[in-house]
Amino acid sequence: MEITKVTGKVFKYGDDINTDVIIPARYMNTHDPKHLAAHCMEDIDKDFVNNMKPGDVIVAGKNFGCGSSREHAPISIKHAGVGCVIAKTFARIFYRNCINMGLPIMECPEAAEELQAGDEIEINFDEGTITNKSNGKVYKAHPFPPFMKSLIEAGGLMNYAKAKLAEKK
Amino acid sequence: MGMTITEKILAAHAGKASVQAGELVECNVDFVMGNDVTAPIAIKRLRENNITEVFDKERIALVPSHFVPAKDINSAQQVQEVKDFAKEYDIKYFFEVGQGGIEHALLPERGLVLPGDIVIGADSHTCTYGALGAFSTGVGSTDLAYCMATGMTWLKVPETMKFVFHGELPKWVSSKDIILQIIGDITVDGALYRAMEFDGDTIHNLSMEARMTISNMAIEAGGKSGIIVPDETTEEYVKSRAQRPYKFYNSDPDAKYCYVKEYDATKLEPVVSWPFLPDNVHKVSESTHVSVDQVIIGSCTNGRIEDLRIAANILKGRKVDKNLKVIIFPATQSIWTMALKEGLIEIFNDSGCIISPATCGPCLGGHMGILSSKETAITTTNRNFVGRIGHPDSKAYLASPAVAAASALTGRITHPAEVMD
Ligand code: SF4
Repeated sequence: MEITKVTGKVFKYGDDINTDVIIPARYMNTHDPKHLAAHCMEDIDKDFVNNMKPGDVIVAGKNFGCGSSREHAPISIKHAGVGCVIAKTFARIFYRNCINMGLPIMECPEAAEELQAGDEIEINFDEGTITNKSNGKVYKAHPFPPFMKSLIEAGGLMNYAKAKLAEKK
Repeated sequence: MGMTITEKILAAHAGKASVQAGELVECNVDFVMGNDVTAPIAIKRLRENNITEVFDKERIALVPSHFVPAKDINSAQQVQEVKDFAKEYDIKYFFEVGQGGIEHALLPERGLVLPGDIVIGADSHTCTYGALGAFSTGVGSTDLAYCMATGMTWLKVPETMKFVFHGELPKWVSSKDIILQIIGDITVDGALYRAMEFDGDTIHNLSMEARMTISNMAIEAGGKSGIIVPDETTEEYVKSRAQRPYKFYNSDPDAKYCYVKEYDATKLEPVVSWPFLPDNVHKVSESTHVSVDQVIIGSCTNGRIEDLRIAANILKGRKVDKNLKVIIFPATQSIWTMALKEGLIEIFNDSGCIISPATCGPCLGGHMGILSSKETAITTTNRNFVGRIGHPDSKAYLASPAVAAASALTGRITHPAEVMD
């Protein structure tokens, strides 16, 4: 994940956004990222894919990504071009999936509360900051725990797996 | 300082004498599972990274269950990818449709997941096996690929919340009501990042089937796992099935819990989760005004033989409401066979139900019972999110098999006592 900065517009949603509305199961008869991206957020916001531009940011309340373990959910968000997901908290499996497949996410209750739909924001991943460009307010997000950072730096879990397997041999 | 059963299992698999909540550990895994939806992405990850071998061919199960028998060409292609992979990588446990069923009912039934295990499955309801006294948790496809390649996983040792139930369950109250009650009390993220442990004489008097219903829905409270300390009932269940040696762990009396809640089981009532979150729990007695168009009895939550017996007992010799579709989907092929031999299939058929093969079917809005924009269902499955069972405007109410069967007779949400006592 070599992205250090993202600039985009906020799309705001509520609490407990589950993976069934992020990508409904009826589209999971294939795992083609383009197909999954085309239906991203469809059951909660059917115009999301048409209205958003690459780099735009999803901001939501608590427990984002709850429900099923489908990696199709972060895949559809990533391939739709979303720059980052900011939430008060993330569901456990969704959080893990994002780290493993490289979708930037940030846990920041204050930003999740205050940012509004349509706000232009800039995210700096190195510094862990979110800036609301319309009023200049800066939020500080929770940094990733060190182990996860090393996973991300290794280029995701599969690269880590290859290193692990080489070590065993 | 004592340890919980979860801490003991994680410590043992990390090669440590003890672990503490919050610690990150790398653990050996005893069994790994993927299905027709999650495995294809994991397989892709292995192939694109030129990983040509799995850690152990006998400790991986690949279970097509979601869109089988294939509902369309795309689904057929996904199952094909899994089947080809199983053949090429020589995976011992690939379950063709007709020989398997829904993974979370199938793996315990075949003795593939066992007490004391760490089980990692690419499906959120992998937490079901906690009922056997195993640490089991759901992950996504990349984690599955990592596990299949290395036989390991990284885990943060969770804090544990304990739910203790005392006393005899009233008539018509089942283990489904126990878990719905808990979810209603702590909400859909009440157990986020935490292990749930279920204890007390009420829990230990339940059958393994009933216990699995409870562990199955730990994820609906955000839980990482949902465990029950194994006992004689567990031993009785696993001893004839186990494909490997297993080990019982327990929780020390001085183990540390971040939360403990005691319940008087004698005071519980049958409950229903209203749309659109599993924590929207109401008493059945306060839900009887809700009319339904479809009844679904089955799934990894409540599609086991006991569940079907309960439903059949209520439907026997009666007709389902003429405006209703009632769909029964036994969770595995062998449950289907048992239901046939015991005469349950005939009872369902005579009363006007349709019986599905052992598949996930309508539970995730896959096929065989999708709801229209105007329809409402009462279902024994585990999720009632927007669009879960069909059109985004459809509605699903979650309940026990007894409540679902009683509702099938009246066409509205019904307390079993109303039609039985
Ligand atoms: S029955 Fe439902 S919850 Fe269980 S594995 Fe299938 S889709 Fe998932």
